[in-house]
Amino acid sequence: MSLSQQIITIAMVVLATMATRFLPFVLFPSGKPTPKYIQYLGKVLPCAVFGLLVIYCLKDVTIFSGSHGLPELISIFVVVILHLWKRQMLLSIAGGTICYMLLVQFVF
Amino acid sequence: MQKKFYTLKKALFCAFPYTLPIFAGFWFLGLTYGIYMNVSGFSFWYPMIMSLTIFAGSAEFIAVNMLLGAFNPIQAFVMTLMINARHLFYGISMLDKFRGVGLKKLYLIYGMCDESFSINYTADIPDDVDRGWFMFFVTLLNHFYWFFGATLGGIFGSFIHFNTEGLDFVMTAMFVVIFMEQWLKEKRHTNALVGLGVSLICLIIFGSENFIIPSMLAILGVLTLLRKPLTKGEEIL
Repeated sequence: MSLSQQIITIAMVVLATMATRFLPFVLFPSGKPTPKYIQYLGKVLPCAVFGLLVIYCLKDVTIFSGSHGLPELISIFVVVILHLWKRQMLLSIAGGTICYMLLVQFVF
Repeated sequence: MQKKFYTLKKALFCAFPYTLPIFAGFWFLGLTYGIYMNVSGFSFWYPMIMSLTIFAGSAEFIAVNMLLGAFNPIQAFVMTLMINARHLFYGISMLDKFRGVGLKKLYLIYGMCDESFSINYTADIPDDVDRGWFMFFVTLLNHFYWFFGATLGGIFGSFIHFNTEGLDFVMTAMFVVIFMEQWLKEKRHTNALVGLGVSLICLIIFGSENFIIPSMLAILGVLTLLRKPLTKGEEIL
């Protein structure tokens, strides 16, 4: 690939990314009332999307081979417990991550 | 002038702690990305410019393969659309929150990656902190961490050897916490369960490479069907 072809390829990736981010704001400008259905989606989608993101992070976990997803399962359990107990975002995240690192480096 | 400076400082100090997990995650992932580009034969200019302009992790990793393959701009465009389609949902969710923040809105939309969206959507911003600037700094800091990691990885590439195995779990942990925060905040959990369940089913059916788009369509479908029961008793919807 020549330099100009590379620049065009990168520009395409930028353009497509921007399209996915700007489109809703272009379609539903703040000056005009947003359709009820879209307002509804704006309210119920985030929760569903956070669920999707959790699954997305775990998409490459192999249940039937390797460590059978045990380090992930245990560490998520630690995150949940820590968060229910102290409800300190950074503590829960750090605790779970350290637990995971120890598990994959020394146990599994 | 003094007052403006004070507003900015306050928003920055309020935003920074929220971005700490991203700091840990992004310099690591950015570093990995920079190293990946380095060993794929690209100079550090590539990860540096791409992390700054694209600022969407998974698309940037895929872009490395695109740059190594045959020239096909249409494919690059369509593939990126598919990978990043989830941003459409973020935009729909942020329509209201980005209202009235002035020109900063353009940058907020430009830099709306998974992490910036998640923080900006869920953070409880104190009343005396400027909402617009808070979201601006969350986005800017995240953008900077990613840029910093990617550039560093591109420069030092193959020299870096230390045991960070498992550090990438910080992103998973963060999304679990954000999911929980949202769960604890809401009275109804139907939509959260729909998101979790539908995505899991789609992952099993379509595999890790192709499950995002089917998941999005299925979530949209199920939530549309559930509109009546979910909006019962709520006037605004």
